[in-house]
Amino acid sequence: MRFWFRKKSSCQIAKDRLKILLISDRVNCSQEMLELIKADITKVISKYMKIDTENMDIQISAKKGISSLCANIPIVDIHKQCQAAEGK
Amino acid sequence: MTKNNVIVVTSGKGGVGKTTTSANVGTGLAKLGKKVCLIDTDIGLRNLDVVMGLENRIVYNLVDVIEGNCRIKQALIKDKRHPGLYLMPSAQTRDKSAVKPGQMVKVIEHLKEQFDYIILDCPAGIEQGFQNAIAGATRALVVTTPEVSAIRDADRIIGLLEANGFEQMDLIINRLRPDMVKRGDMMSSQDVVDILAIPLIGVIPDDENVVVSTNQGEPLVGNATPAGMAYQNVVQRIEGKDVPFMNFEKSISFLAKVTGIFHRV
Repeated sequence: MRFWFRKKSSCQIAKDRLKILLISDRVNCSQEMLELIKADITKVISKYMKIDTENMDIQISAKKGISSLCANIPIVDIHKQCQAAEGK
Repeated sequence: MTKNNVIVVTSGKGGVGKTTTSANVGTGLAKLGKKVCLIDTDIGLRNLDVVMGLENRIVYNLVDVIEGNCRIKQALIKDKRHPGLYLMPSAQTRDKSAVKPGQMVKVIEHLKEQFDYIILDCPAGIEQGFQNAIAGATRALVVTTPEVSAIRDADRIIGLLEANGFEQMDLIINRLRPDMVKRGDMMSSQDVVDILAIPLIGVIPDDENVVVSTNQGEPLVGNATPAGMAYQNVVQRIEGKDVPFMNFEKSISFLAKVTGIFHRV
C-alpha cells in the first residue's frame, strides 16, 4: 500500500517530529514567544532604518550548551533613514 | 583509578534498559578482570539486585552507609560468579530524599580508591534521584531506544549532563530492530546519533534472551546471543578498544535461516 500512495515512512515522520520538538525543548521557548521577540525587535530597529519585515527570520539555536538568537533582518533603506536621523 | 571511571548509566525515560545495561556493563568489565562496583541509586525502587541475581544476599544498603548504620564494606555484596564484582544495593523502604548529592560524592570518593570502575544505575526522571546519581560521576552512558519519547528524554538528559560539566557522554541505543529499520518503520542508529549528536558506544538489538537472562538473574554479556555480543562490544569500547559495530542484517539473515530450518522440520 505504501508503495502505491508513496506515504512517508513512519521513521521519516518520527525524525521530522523530533527535529521540531527538540528545537523548542532545547531552548525552552515557544513559537509564540519568538513571535513577540520578533515584533519587539522590528519596533526598535524600525526607529533607525527601514527593514523588510516580511523576509526577516529569527531563530534560537542551541549547540554544545550555548544557546544563541540568530536574526536575519534584510534592510530596505539604510542611507535615507540615517540622514533623516542626522537631520534631526 | 583513571580519571573518568565513575560512570553513570542514565536515560531520563523509564524502561529503556538502564538497569540491564548497568548489570551487563559491570559484569562485562569484571569478566575482563577489572574491579567493579555497581551502585543502585534508585532508592525506593531498587532492581539492580534482582537483575544481578543477588537479591537474597542484601543485609545493608546505600542509605545505611550514608546514615552511618554500617561501614561501606558491609553493604557491598560480592558476586561469587565473578571475582572483582561488587554490588551496593539501594534501599527499598525509603525515598529519594534520604540521600543528598554531597553524601553520594563522599561514598564514591571512598570507593574510588578500591575499584577500577564504579557504575551508577540512575533512576528515571530528572529530580533528586537523578541529581544524586550524577553527583559523583564524571562520565555518562546515555541509554535510549529508537522511539520518539525515549529520544526526547535522552536529549533533555544530555542537556542537563552538559550543564553539570560532563565531558564524556556516550550513547547506547537499545532494543533496535533491524527488520523494522529496513522497512522504514524504525529510526536507524545513524538517525538517532544525528539527532542526539553524542558519540555512539553501542547498539543493542532487541533480543528475547535479555528477558531470559533477567529471569535467571544472570547478565548475558559475552554470551553467544545478539545482545550478549553487543554488550561485550560496549565493554570493550569502554576499555578504549576500537571494535567495529555489528552488522545486524547479517545476523538477522543467519537467524532467519536457522529458524527457517526449524520451521521446515
